[in-house]
Amino acid sequence: MSESAVTKGARKRLTWLGVLIIGLVAIIGLGTATNAGASFAPKLALDLQGGTQIILAPVVQAGTKVTEQQLTQAVAIIRQRVDASGVSEAQINTQGNNNIVVSIPGTPDENTLRLIRSSAKLEFRPVLETSQGVPAASAGTSATPSASPTAASSKATASAKPSASASATPAVAGVDAATQKFFDSLDCSKPFRAAGQVDDPTLPVATCDTNGYSKYVLGPVEVEGTDVADANAGTVTTSTGASTNTWAVNLKFTANGTTKFANTTGHLFPLKDPQNRFAITLDGYVITAPTLQAVITGGTAQITGNFDKNTSKALADQLKYGSLPIGFEVQSQENISATLGTEQLQSGLLAGAIGLLLVIIYSFFQYRGLAIVTVGSLVVAAIITYLMIALLSWRQGYHLSLSGVAGLIVAIGITADSFIVYFERVRDELRDGRSLGASVESGWKRAIRTILVSDGVSLLAAIVLYALTVGNVRGFAFTLGLTTLIDLAVVILFTHPMLELLAKTKFFSSGHPWSGFDSKALGATSYVGRGAFRVSGAVPAGKAAKASKEANKRQTLAERKAAENAASVSKSEKSN
Amino acid sequence: MSKFSDLGNDLYTGARSFDFVGRRKVWFGVASLMLVLAIVLPILRGGYNFGIEFRGGSEFRVAGVSSQSQQIAIDAVHSVVPDTEPLVSNVGTDSIRVQTKQLTDLKSEDVRVALAKAYKVESSSVASSFIGANWGADVTGKALNGLIVFIILAALLMALYFRTLKMSLAAVLALLHDLVITAGVYGALGFEVTPAAVIGFLTILGYSLYDTVVVFDKIRENTFEVEFSEKVTFKQQVNLAINQTLVRSINTSIVAVLPVASILFIGATLLGAGTLRDIALALFIGIIVGTYSTLFIAAPAYSAFREGEAKYRKAEQKVLAKA
Repeated sequence: MSESAVTKGARKRLTWLGVLIIGLVAIIGLGTATNAGASFAPKLALDLQGGTQIILAPVVQAGTKVTEQQLTQAVAIIRQRVDASGVSEAQINTQGNNNIVVSIPGTPDENTLRLIRSSAKLEFRPVLETSQGVPAASAGTSATPSASPTAASSKATASAKPSASASATPAVAGVDAATQKFFDSLDCSKPFRAAGQVDDPTLPVATCDTNGYSKYVLGPVEVEGTDVADANAGTVTTSTGASTNTWAVNLKFTANGTTKFANTTGHLFPLKDPQNRFAITLDGYVITAPTLQAVITGGTAQITGNFDKNTSKALADQLKYGSLPIGFEVQSQENISATLGTEQLQSGLLAGAIGLLLVIIYSFFQYRGLAIVTVGSLVVAAIITYLMIALLSWRQGYHLSLSGVAGLIVAIGITADSFIVYFERVRDELRDGRSLGASVESGWKRAIRTILVSDGVSLLAAIVLYALTVGNVRGFAFTLGLTTLIDLAVVILFTHPMLELLAKTKFFSSGHPWSGFDSKALGATSYVGRGAFRVSGAVPAGKAAKASKEANKRQTLAERKAAENAASVSKSEKSN
Repeated sequence: MSKFSDLGNDLYTGARSFDFVGRRKVWFGVASLMLVLAIVLPILRGGYNFGIEFRGGSEFRVAGVSSQSQQIAIDAVHSVVPDTEPLVSNVGTDSIRVQTKQLTDLKSEDVRVALAKAYKVESSSVASSFIGANWGADVTGKALNGLIVFIILAALLMALYFRTLKMSLAAVLALLHDLVITAGVYGALGFEVTPAAVIGFLTILGYSLYDTVVVFDKIRENTFEVEFSEKVTFKQQVNLAINQTLVRSINTSIVAVLPVASILFIGATLLGAGTLRDIALALFIGIIVGTYSTLFIAAPAYSAFREGEAKYRKAEQKVLAKA
C-alpha cells in the first residue's frame, strides 16, 4: 500500500466520522428549531428527574392469562384517564408481557393515583335526560350537526332535542332534586368528576359523554360490563345477506346479560326519546347512547350510527376490554424526590468524570503520546453517544435512567479496551521489527478481528438482555448495546485513521521515547531511519511469523524452526 | 513504567513466562475451594440479604434532613406502628431511607407525617413508596431467563468463530465460576441483593466472556497448525498466548475497573445505598474475578480439553522425543 493511499483512506474515514457527527447535530438541531420536540438535552427517566413510578400487575382469574391486546387496551384506557386528569408527560408502557408501568413526573395527587389504580368499569344505564354538553348561548335552538357527530344512535341525537336543553327542565321521574340541580349546572367542558370517582350503581347519575358534546342523567345500572361476552366491529348485512357499507358494532351478551338486557330493552323501548335510549359508560363517562329500535331478547345487539371502520373498532374494543374482568393491583409504587434524582445524576456524572480522568491518566502512563488517541477516541465516543441518546429520546421516547448512566460509565472501560487491544497488537508488530507504518497496518488487521468478535459477544449480551428482560435491566442493556456499536464505529472511523496519520509524523515514526512506540523500549533495535528498519540479529526473524496465523500459513520450514526456537525459550524459563 | 514495558517485551518473546497452563491443578484447586466457599459461606451466614424489591414492603425517603440520626426515624416509625423493626440507612449527604414491612395506605401516610415532624422537614420532602414482594422476583426471573439464553447463544457464536466447541465450553465454565463467586461474595458478606445488583451481575457475564474471547483469539492464532510443529507443544503455545496477552489483560482490567471503582467510591461516600452503588459493587467484583478466571481457568481448561486429542498428543511426543 502506498503511503498516500493510506493517508487518503485515513482522511476519508475521518471525513465520514465528521459527516456522521454533523449529521446527528443537524437532525437534532433541525428538530429543535422546528419545534418537533427534539432537544439536545436527553430526556431523563424518573429516577433522575424525580416523580412516581407505579407498576401495575393484572389480576386475572386462575388459569387465564392476559393477552397482549388486553394489555394494550388497558394502557390506552389508563392513558386516557391520566391525560384527563391533566398530568402531562406521563409515560405509560407495558413491561414484559404482563405488567403496566406508569411513570409520572413530579408528585401526583391522591386522585390521580386512585385513577390509575382503579380498573375500568363498563356499565349500561338507561338515559333519563340529555342535553348539550356545554350550556351554549344558542341553547334551545335547533340542532347544530357538529355538536354530536359521534352520537351512536342511528336516529335521534342529543342536541336534536331542543326541549331537553332548556334550562327549566321539568322534573323527570326517578331524578332526585340534587342530581337534577347538578345536571342543570353541568358544563362538560370543565372537569366535573373526581378522579377515580365511583358511582353508586343503584342511584341515578349526571354525567357527560367522553368528548363533552352531550350531558346526561342516567338511571341506575341495569347491565354490567361483565355481562358482555363479546363485541366486534363489522359492516351491516341486509336481510338478504348482502353486506352494506354501513359500519356497526355487534354486541353479544352472556346468558345472564341476555336476560338483563332483554328486561332493560323491554321497559325502555315503549318510552319516548330520550328515555328509549340506553347509555354505555366507561369509568362514568358515556361512550355511546344509542336509541333502541326493538326489544332485544336474543342476547345480541347491533349499534349503528355514524361509524367508520376505525370508530366502530374503537368502540368494539372499549366494550370488549372495558368489560373484561381484569383489574390491576399495584405491584410497586415508588416515589423519587426530584432533589434526590438530581443528586443521583450529579453524583453519577461526577463518578463518570473521575472514571474518565483516571482512565486518561492511566493510559498516558501506559501509552505516553498515544494517550492523545485514547483520549480523543473516548471524547469522540462520548460525543456520539450523547447525540445518539438525545436523538433516541426524541424519536424513540428513550429516557435516560440511572442504570443507563451506569451502563455508560461501564462502557468507558469496554471502549478503551478496543484501543488497548489495538495498541498492544501494534506494539507486538514493532517488537517483531516492523516499521511503525507497517506495524499499524498489520496490527490493525489482527486487532479488528479480535475487536469484532469480542464486541459481537458484548452486543449479543445486550440484545438478549434487552429482548428478554424488563425494567431497569432493559435500560442498562440498551446503553450497553448502543455503546458497543459506537465503540466499533469510533475504533474504525477515528482510532485507526488517527493512528495511521500519526504514524506519519516524525514524533511517532521516529519512535520518540514519549510516543508510546519507542522501539528501544519495545525491545526492537537497529532503527536506521524512517521506513527503513533493519532487524537486529538479536531478534529471531521467525518471531514475526509466530504470532500470526496468516503468516504461519506461508511459513517456510526454516522460519517455522526459528519460531520454535523462540518458543522453546519460554519453555526453559517458564518456571518464572 | 519502563519495567512494565520490559515485562511486556519479555512476555511477548517468551523470555519471561508465567506458567498458567502447567500449574493448572493448583489453579483448579483454588477455584474449587473458592466455589465451595461461595456456596457454603452464604448458607452459614443464613442466606442472601434480599432487598426490599424481593421482600416487599414500604419505603420512605426523607430529603433535606439536618441530622442523619437513624434513631429519630426508628422512633418516628414506632410511634405509628410499634410492631415493626424499620431498616434505616443514609442516602446521599442529607437523606434518610426507611424501610418497613408493608403498611396500609393510611398507616404509611401517618408514618410519612411522623417522619416529617421528627426530622423537622416539610411533609412533601418525605416520599413514600410501596413495593410488592414479587416485583424483584419478576425482574430477576426474567433476567435469569435472559442469562440462560445468552449463554447458549454466546457458546454457539464462539463455537462458530473458533471452530471448536471446546473453547465455548471452557469460556462458559469460567463464566459460571465468575457468577458463582460474585454471588458468593454477596451472600458471604451480606451485601443487599437488589435489582440493580442483578443488573451488575448480568453485565459480568458480558464482560467475562468478552475478556475470555480476546485471549482465546490469541490462543487460536498461536495454536494454528501447532500439530505440525516439532518444537513446541499445544500446551506451550496456549501458555505463550496467555502471556502475550497478559499486558493487555492487566491494562484492560485496570481501565475497566477504574470507572467502576469511581462509581463505587462516589456511591459509597456521597450517595449511600442506591442503584449506582449496587451496580458498581457487582461489577467491581465481577471484573476482577472475570479477568482472573480468563487467565487461570478458561485458558488452562481449554488446554486441558484439547491437549489430549490424538493429533496434539502425537505432536507432543515428537517434541519431547527431540528435547
